[in-house]
Amino acid sequence: MIRSLVCLSLMGAGALVLVALLWQGHVSRPHEEVLWQQKRDLVAVLGITDLSLSSEARYTRHVSQADLFSAFQDFPAAFEHFPTGSVIPPRPAGVSGRVIFESQQQARP
Amino acid sequence: MLNFKLLEYSLSSLWRRKEKNLALVVVYALVIATLGSVLLLTHALKTEAVMTLTASPEIVVQRMLGGRHELIPIDYAQTIAEFPGVGKVTPRVWGYYYDSLVKANLTLVGLAGYHEQLELLAGRFPQAPDEGVIGAGVADAFGPQIGDLLVLEDSSKRRTEFHVSGIFRSQSNLLTNDLVVLQEGALRDFFGIPDGFATDLTVQVFNPREIDTIARKIAYFLPDSRPITRDELLHTYDSLFNWRSGMMLAVFMSALMAFLILAWDRATGISAEEKREIGILKALGWETSHILGAKLREALLISLTAFIVGLLLAWLHVFVLGAPVLMPLLKGWSVLFPTFDLPRVIDLYQLAILGFVTIVPYLACTLIPAWKAASSDPDDVMRG
Repeated sequence: MIRSLVCLSLMGAGALVLVALLWQGHVSRPHEEVLWQQKRDLVAVLGITDLSLSSEARYTRHVSQADLFSAFQDFPAAFEHFPTGSVIPPRPAGVSGRVIFESQQQARP
Repeated sequence: MLNFKLLEYSLSSLWRRKEKNLALVVVYALVIATLGSVLLLTHALKTEAVMTLTASPEIVVQRMLGGRHELIPIDYAQTIAEFPGVGKVTPRVWGYYYDSLVKANLTLVGLAGYHEQLELLAGRFPQAPDEGVIGAGVADAFGPQIGDLLVLEDSSKRRTEFHVSGIFRSQSNLLTNDLVVLQEGALRDFFGIPDGFATDLTVQVFNPREIDTIARKIAYFLPDSRPITRDELLHTYDSLFNWRSGMMLAVFMSALMAFLILAWDRATGISAEEKREIGILKALGWETSHILGAKLREALLISLTAFIVGLLLAWLHVFVLGAPVLMPLLKGWSVLFPTFDLPRVIDLYQLAILGFVTIVPYLACTLIPAWKAASSDPDDVMRG
């Protein structure tokens, strides 16, 4: 009897926590709407068309702007053009720099 | 009414094989956590895209040359602006910049004119050709603060200095992580884009129902152009993060296959010990329906526990830890990758499907062999 009660209580508590979390995610909250609007303002000013998710290639950085119809298309999930593409790794990391950040103090002579 | 004695019996039965059942719950919960993580992550990313990119330009017009994206003459804007229903046509100048030191790709965006201060920007937009705004990812990777210098090499490999006048706040990471925003003229000089050309054009359309018609007109009157409408853009993200397609399908299918193997293992037979137990119960006078009821309670206890634990793990994995297991799929070789502040949004319909495709087959796989054993002669079952 005690074992049943403990088991049911634990499952009930877990289910309650889960339902509370899911319900929290299901309903929209006013402060979130404010953040959405702020993000939309940013998108409108900068004319953003894509999420800044993966910046490894231009067709994954700007998925919606990717070339859809060229013969050798660059597109996410496109088939590899050449078999060697899957076995030849990218070039090893180099050390030459192009972007340098310096504080103003350091930059002054 | 819930019969505690029968529940007690089912719990005792499970406890007798506690190692096996515990292992089963752990594997089952991990499978549900994987499937749930995919669903939660893709839905959160899709929501982020849909909620924010609805403010993106109604139409973006690219120029295609030789099957590739090419700079577009600004004269095209005049042609498009003359179509009825078209508002402002804005040439955009933007492009990519590869940093060989950290192996990162930056997106450089040119901003024309004066813009009001935004909540998601700490500092201000560039007001001089030697000023720039950077995304939080760029700031994290290189460590500059507002007022520091950003030094880039332009298209002729000359060192060009920009003062960081602002940094986008981390809440906008999914939109601005790798951005460097400069004044349009400065970016044009930096990339060496000739006057009279732009990277693409954005077209404002007053009536949303006319967007497709105007896009068709643009494609007709400017045959070398490629208009991309906002609907197409949103559709791209819808299909990219749809759990039935895209990159997440691979993870989803792998986890589903693992679950099916688990269920198949259950369906192919029950142990000799379980068979003997069923035989004894039958000999004691239990009917087949009683045995099936007991087995159903056991299966429900296991599957509901695994479902609750699995979904809680998925929630923690995606919304608290930032989905570290799934992120490498999206990251690829990207060096600048946003730290996620995912919207905690849930699609209950998807979770209901998840419950259906995991709990119901497991129940069936548990009940069928139990029913086979229960409907046999007790003597045969006990003798094996």
